[in-house]
Amino acid sequence: MQDTISFTPQLAASPIAEMLWLIPAVPMVAAGMAALLKQVKRKTSATLAIGSMSVSLLLSLAAFAHVLSGWAHGVAVRETVNFTWIQVGAANVDLGWVLDPLSAVMLVMVSFVGLLIFIYSIGYMKRDENYTRFFCFMTLFAGAMLGVVIANSILLLFMCWELVGLTSYLLIGFWYQKPAAAAAAKKAFLTTRIGDVFFLLGMVWLFAQTGTLLFYNNGAGSIEAGALAGLLAQPAALGLTAAGAIGLLIFAGAAGKSGQFPLHTWLPDAMEGPTPVSALIHAATMVAAGVYLIARVYPLMQAGALAGGTTTALTVVTWVGAFTAVFAALIAVAQNDIKRILAYSTISQLGYMMAGLGMGGVAVGMFHLITHAFFKALLFLGAGSVIHGCHGEQDVRHMGGLKSDMPITFLTYAIGMLALCGFPIFFSGFWSKDGILEAAWHWSVAKTPFCMLIFGALLTAFYMTRQVVYVFGGHWRGRKSAHESPTVMTVPLAILAFFTMALGLIGTPAWPWFRAFLNGRATSFDLHGLMEPGLLTLMGASALVVFLGLGLGWRIYGDRSPKPSEPDALERISPPVWAALHDKLYVDEFYSVTVIPFYGWWARVADWLDRRVWGGVVAGVAWGFGLSARLNRFLDNNIVDGGFDKGCDELSVGGGLLARVQTGRVQTYLRILALAVVVLIAILFWSSRA
Amino acid sequence: MSGIHLLTLLTVLPLVGAAIALVASKHARGVALITTLISLALALVVWTQLPANGGYGLVEQHVWAPSLGFNYYLGVDGLSALMLVLSAIVTLMSVDAAHRVHHQPGLYFALVLTLEAGLFGSFTALNFFHWFLFWELSLIPAFFLIKLWGGARRGPAAMQFFVYTMSGSVVLLVAFLAVFLSTGSMDFPHLTLLASTGELEQMVTAHLGPVMLWLAIGVLAGFAVKVPMIPFHTWLPAAYAEAPSPVTMLLTGAMSKMGVYGLLRIALPLFGHQISQMRTPLLALAVATVVMGAWAAAAQKDLKRIFAYMSVNHLGYCLLGIFALAVPAAGAAAQTSQAMALNGVILQMFNHGLTAAALFWFVAMIQQRTGGHRGTDQFGGLGKPAPALFGLMSIALFSSLGLPGLNGFVGEFLIFRGVFPLAWVAATVSILGLLVTAAVILTVIQKVFTGPVPEHCVGFPDLHHSERMALIPVIGLMILLGLLPQLIVESVNPTVVNIMAHWRF
Repeated sequence: MQDTISFTPQLAASPIAEMLWLIPAVPMVAAGMAALLKQVKRKTSATLAIGSMSVSLLLSLAAFAHVLSGWAHGVAVRETVNFTWIQVGAANVDLGWVLDPLSAVMLVMVSFVGLLIFIYSIGYMKRDENYTRFFCFMTLFAGAMLGVVIANSILLLFMCWELVGLTSYLLIGFWYQKPAAAAAAKKAFLTTRIGDVFFLLGMVWLFAQTGTLLFYNNGAGSIEAGALAGLLAQPAALGLTAAGAIGLLIFAGAAGKSGQFPLHTWLPDAMEGPTPVSALIHAATMVAAGVYLIARVYPLMQAGALAGGTTTALTVVTWVGAFTAVFAALIAVAQNDIKRILAYSTISQLGYMMAGLGMGGVAVGMFHLITHAFFKALLFLGAGSVIHGCHGEQDVRHMGGLKSDMPITFLTYAIGMLALCGFPIFFSGFWSKDGILEAAWHWSVAKTPFCMLIFGALLTAFYMTRQVVYVFGGHWRGRKSAHESPTVMTVPLAILAFFTMALGLIGTPAWPWFRAFLNGRATSFDLHGLMEPGLLTLMGASALVVFLGLGLGWRIYGDRSPKPSEPDALERISPPVWAALHDKLYVDEFYSVTVIPFYGWWARVADWLDRRVWGGVVAGVAWGFGLSARLNRFLDNNIVDGGFDKGCDELSVGGGLLARVQTGRVQTYLRILALAVVVLIAILFWSSRA
Repeated sequence: MSGIHLLTLLTVLPLVGAAIALVASKHARGVALITTLISLALALVVWTQLPANGGYGLVEQHVWAPSLGFNYYLGVDGLSALMLVLSAIVTLMSVDAAHRVHHQPGLYFALVLTLEAGLFGSFTALNFFHWFLFWELSLIPAFFLIKLWGGARRGPAAMQFFVYTMSGSVVLLVAFLAVFLSTGSMDFPHLTLLASTGELEQMVTAHLGPVMLWLAIGVLAGFAVKVPMIPFHTWLPAAYAEAPSPVTMLLTGAMSKMGVYGLLRIALPLFGHQISQMRTPLLALAVATVVMGAWAAAAQKDLKRIFAYMSVNHLGYCLLGIFALAVPAAGAAAQTSQAMALNGVILQMFNHGLTAAALFWFVAMIQQRTGGHRGTDQFGGLGKPAPALFGLMSIALFSSLGLPGLNGFVGEFLIFRGVFPLAWVAATVSILGLLVTAAVILTVIQKVFTGPVPEHCVGFPDLHHSERMALIPVIGLMILLGLLPQLIVESVNPTVVNIMAHWRF
């Protein structure tokens, strides 16, 4: 175990930390400018997008270099710049940003992957009539996402988080004339908003309890030791401390964005958006924002844990993550849409990240987040290239044999696929997933998550083999023949493929650089890290599982190119299981008989209450007034003796007036009101003189 | 400031404008535009003249009828000045939106300007009698605007609106007469002072017996109708739907704020203790207003009724914030929460006014293009033929949804932040409202703007240049206030601090 670098409080932020706000601001301004462009200014909008992302990337790299040099000199950099947004009462509503290893790593990843995907989009969206709008939304997304990354204030994070949700909505519904796209956009926004309202509650609770919105503020931040001690001392319901309860509320928000069960159903539908959107937002960055959020508030999630122990919040994170990992992998096995397979795979991998956070800590979860961002972006862009080459076809049964038609796509896709499966040694996915499995193996609470994650790895290798065999193996089964994509699309693929392999180097047990960097520790290259007996066994086991999955996939789907009309090989083995998996284990169906009717039912109740009950009371009162007025007049006219008549005149007028009000002649009433006002004013003048 | 009676000038100006508009007939809209523009400028001048300590500024005080407690007593603090600016903006928007009034334009714009005078008068009054006159004065033009220029079922709608609000007013008047009989004063600052020391309750009890709670109920009822609070809201959907859209803009943008204003200016300062006693049922009603308002919106198919119920929902957050203030709590942390909630309520008043008025403006534009259609299932795919309408209206809709970065979010955030520590159950249940509103708004976008373009919507005219130019400042303000709410809060917060120092529950 290496020693932790002593934390040096930063009294003044460095120039690069001061400038950090530019990283999200530049794309946002570019988006604002693009919004004012006419649709025909295609080049300008693409230039704005790519130019602003390049600036962000350069600044991110500079920020990263700064943190890196601090780390190399034994300083754990955490520089914050905070300012007051609103002053309320005697308190402040503060915003701010933070530069630390976590945000630096994430900044580089988001801006780099984002830039590659923007470049790719030039080719992919070439023929779209709303090209300008596309780049405007994408740039806005990038700005908002980078804002989430740098936020040092939970409020700023939340605001950018919601903007990210908005751009996701806009981009899923980009082809809004397709009803399916419009519906998917709405579903995505609403499902994630379910999580977000809990996040909002967690945020206001944290703010109220700690008195600050800032994460770090030289010891006075909400997730620093002082505040956490207060949160732990505060009991909430169900045996939770306030820290635990707030942690769970925030996790609900994270689960919505990161597609964790049971809020995952929006993510597959989100594939209605253009493929670069799926790659950037629904694979590499936005969906990872939930994981990032948990990593950001990790001190809160972990508060109260004894050495080596866990907390309720982290236990929940772990179980939800592990369950999601297996659940989504199962569904992915039986999908035929190339993007939906990847979408379920993304959900599953997000589950791995969450489980990694829950059991292994920030570095374990974040490493998988980073490697996944590269290989999943690669896979989605590869899928986009395939769809592009197949003239919009997305059903893998209608593809086949593309390895010769689209060689670059095939090669890069295969790299991404092997990384996703966790193929040993050469692929980053192997190392990042192994970190999670290792943490699961050592988890003190239960071994079940470990078994679930191992099973998930088997499924992953299996469904990816199935997909690749369908798409690239066998012979062509589609209509028009396929073609390779243009260079502007294949170059980003190649770059992503390179990093998919190279990134593994920084996270091996022999040189756990990534972990050391995030945790602010020193590290060195040491092959003995690999030689721990338990670790080797674990790696061997996980490699074995991957080979098993690959072999099983190959054996079942092999090189046989089934006709699109034929039932799937698995369907022949077990029709009911296939049907259940193919129908996504009926979660959507479950919601459509529970949540959606509940919503509609309450809407009808509210409407009925309005029209019948409250409206009825009003009508009843009005009717009662009318009746009493008429009764009054009747009494006056017929029963009461003449001697009373004079005295009752006023009453009669009153009653008659009310009756008339009921018949709609308000003018009469107004006339009387006006008269009354005149009389009143006369009295006033008279009395003021007196 | 005694040289120029700025507040009197502000109130009289629209009345003068109204008189001119009445005779200007064809040029009435021009007169109204000029009048409202000057009014806005004056309101902004008032906004800049606020005293830094959060107390009343620009005070004008003349003895009127001392034996009856009537004083000509005007003054503004951060709260009322903000309402002045809002009223001026909304009236300007409304006049701008009403460029198709063919039937008696002179009378129409004269009534609109009279309504504006009523708003100004009631937001500047510091004496009950004075305030009450203008409160009623605003009601009468609103009634006629609905009654004479409204939709097919305008008669019953106008009547219900009038009788309902009038009944509320009567209760208010009676309650205040009781207060006057006991204290001999109708001035708000004086009564607030008496209430803060507990003398008010003693005096009322000494004169009239233990009626203070009943008086509080009466006052609350008067305001509950105006805001409105469920279940006193049934006049609202009909009135909002039947009124011509520019008038609905006034009703929701400005007049609904009179109720919330009354709660803040009159009910809480004078009857804080009684409200505190009733806080549980009141909070429950506020939550019902938030949640059921949103759900009732979900059941509607008419754009105006949807937005009407959404107004109920949004003002429900104001009620939630206000009644949470009555929860007994002591200490610096509780004070911070109360200040958050109160600032949030006031921001929400302004932001809701701006956004809701804008939404009804969009409805007016859609109606002009379709010959009056405004059912959500009567359109589809409008995003294609009318991208500018789609874009700008979506911004207003997302502001209404409470999207961060736009004005609607800030008030809601502060309210939730304030209410949660004071009344966490109410806050937690109310988040349902946030969800349902989002669903309603996204459904509106989905039904109106997305999907294939039906045949009758092909060639749907997009916003023309003048409409865009008129809308851009409004939309720009939504973005500006979403990013820099401090622009408002810096003038409101001193008033909040000042108000809270004088309240006693």
